Amino acid sequence: MTTATIDKAAPTRKVKYGSMSRDRAWALRWSYFFLVIFAIFFLTPPIYMFITSLKSSAEISAATNPWWVFHPTLENYAGLLTSNQFLRFFWNSAIVSIFVVTITMLISVPAAFALSRMRFWGSATLATGVFLTYLIPETLLFIPLFKMFAVIGDWTGIQLINKWYVLLILYPTLTVPFCTWIMIGYFASIPKELDEAAVIDGASWIQTLTRIFIPVAFPGIIAATIFAFTVSWAQFLYPLVFTTSTDQLVMPVGIITSLIKGDVFNWGQIMTGALLGAAPPLIIYAFLMDYYIAGLTAGATKG
Amino acid sequence: MADVTLRKVVKRYDEVEAVRGIDLDIADHEFVVLVGPSGCGKSTTLRMIAGLEDISDGDIMIGGDVVNDVPPKDRDIAMVFQNYALYPHMTVAENMSFGLRLKRYPKAEIKSRVDEAARMLDIVELVDRKPKQLSGGQRQRVAMGRAIVRNPKVFLFDEPLSNLDAKLRVQMRIEIKKVHQKVRTTTVYVTHDQVEAMTLADRVVVMNHGRIEQIGTPNELYHKPATKFVASFIGSPAMNFIPCRLEDLAGKLHVRLTDRIAFPLPPARAARYQGIPRADKLLLGLRPEHITEAKPHPEPGVEAFETVLDVTEPMGMETLIYFTLEGAQVCGRVNPNAGAQDGAPLRLAVDLNNMHLLNEVTGVVL
Ligand SMILES: Nc1ncnc2c1ncn2[C@@H]1O[C@H](COP(=O)(O)OP(=O)(O)OP(=O)(O)O)[C@@H](O)[C@H]1O
Ligand SMILES: [Mg+2]
Repeated sequence: MTTATIDKAAPTRKVKYGSMSRDRAWALRWSYFFLVIFAIFFLTPPIYMFITSLKSSAEISAATNPWWVFHPTLENYAGLLTSNQFLRFFWNSAIVSIFVVTITMLISVPAAFALSRMRFWGSATLATGVFLTYLIPETLLFIPLFKMFAVIGDWTGIQLINKWYVLLILYPTLTVPFCTWIMIGYFASIPKELDEAAVIDGASWIQTLTRIFIPVAFPGIIAATIFAFTVSWAQFLYPLVFTTSTDQLVMPVGIITSLIKGDVFNWGQIMTGALLGAAPPLIIYAFLMDYYIAGLTAGATKG
Repeated sequence: MADVTLRKVVKRYDEVEAVRGIDLDIADHEFVVLVGPSGCGKSTTLRMIAGLEDISDGDIMIGGDVVNDVPPKDRDIAMVFQNYALYPHMTVAENMSFGLRLKRYPKAEIKSRVDEAARMLDIVELVDRKPKQLSGGQRQRVAMGRAIVRNPKVFLFDEPLSNLDAKLRVQMRIEIKKVHQKVRTTTVYVTHDQVEAMTLADRVVVMNHGRIEQIGTPNELYHKPATKFVASFIGSPAMNFIPCRLEDLAGKLHVRLTDRIAFPLPPARAARYQGIPRADKLLLGLRPEHITEAKPHPEPGVEAFETVLDVTEPMGMETLIYFTLEGAQVCGRVNPNAGAQDGAPLRLAVDLNNMHLLNEVTGVVL
């Protein structure tokens, strides 16, 4: 009787198993289909830029096949990398981004810790408020902000407009709320018993933050750092509005203001500049991704 | 090392009163277990001793000092959590030494304490591993090690074994007992498992609905429960409760179970229950081991009767039998050779020397 049951069950199970793997095969086929389409879609512009960056101005204006380089040259790269102006933009961008990332992390990590763990009066409302500020676009803010800095300049004599360091005040308004929000999420996933254990072990709030929370939520800190860096490296509107002198410009604005003269577009150098400008975020992603993927609280609890 | 005292301790969460006035004296070196059903306020009580929860009312004293407003880190206690709460980014040794490092103990002292604790818990070869490379039982040992190295005044355990499988739980229970025999630190241990409570405790505190139901040694609770709640909570299988009345028959006090069955009480019991009104609705409390197969020459106070069994459960060493009396299911323990069979009649004996009589309404043991 037992054998009969098994014989009966076996084909049923096989069919079920087969259909499951067929589902999976189809799911994979669709995933590949869409992934390939997206990859083509998003990789075409940079490839086009790369091809163009290898052409001389003469070849670009000759309007030959845009997807092929007949006389490859590095003159655009050489031109930019020896241009003091371009190096200045690059340097400004780097300084601004590094400062902004530092400022952002110094504010948003303790803020997230306080909002997620210290449970003071109004902390929940404040946490929501922090996120809401992130939803207001900078296109809405740049005129009032400009006016504000102008007024401050009139009253105090401190001129912030057209100085690169004005960006150190502006960018954190974009990065701090979002990074705080990310960190609140990461801190919330740390079991409450972990800070209770630390408190009983004799740790102060600051020690709990620096010795337990920051190391445990390190992947979250990496994610927030990447975000803050990308935002400040790629930000376009604020530097366009608030900085004008060439020595104060950051890269995205610098490229278009210095390489477009009237209606003359220096396409080769524009493409080269954009490619070189995209390199630092790529390098940062590549380095930090490993940490980002590492597990968060594995082993803290029963698992 | 210190004693711990709770005076009329109350904990209110908005509407709910989780703990409703607890008085408890825990002596130095004592191992006290708080036990009770889920939600009865055990963890809350423990967390108030730890300082993780504010107390709404009353006083908590550790070593004679009122610690109501002392933060956890200054109470000199160590706590072991149900889910271990190990620091995932630190090695076992770093986990255990974290508290000492915060207090800036000399390196040599830290090392010797960690080594000693690791040896005591048999985790010497694990000290350089991260928590994620450990099994559940090993993590639990590390959590205990972290408490031991601090050499605190009081150990607090909140259901430390409930995440382990049954076999490991028995093993760790013995381990905890051994550790306590060595370090003799005052311990408060929370569990909802009455076996754990009975085996570990010097004294057991049975809690129910935020109050203490009874405090006593495991033996006292088992043999002299104060209430029906304690009587039914302690012991497995649980005590039987059979509706009954007292009755005077031929000049002797009897306990009447059914129209057919009435047992004369042994003299000591008869004297004790003499004053109870005969009309009161009572419960006869009998542990399963006091309902056995009838023997040819019964001792005084052991009375025989005949019943039909519903179900039998052979356990090897003994057979559990279930039958119904006055609508109450009753469990007994008989010898495997007594011939107990499902649905068959069997002559049983009850040992009335170990009986309890309870008021059916109030649940108080008389
Ligand atoms: N933060 C809180 N807010 C409101 N009520 C709470 C809170 N913490 C606990 N309670 C309530 O207090 C009561 C006691 O909780 P406690 O955690 O002490 O139970 P317990 O005896 O440890 O139970 P268990 O065995 O399930 O752990 C419960 O009824 C619970 O709902
Ligand atoms: Mg609990």
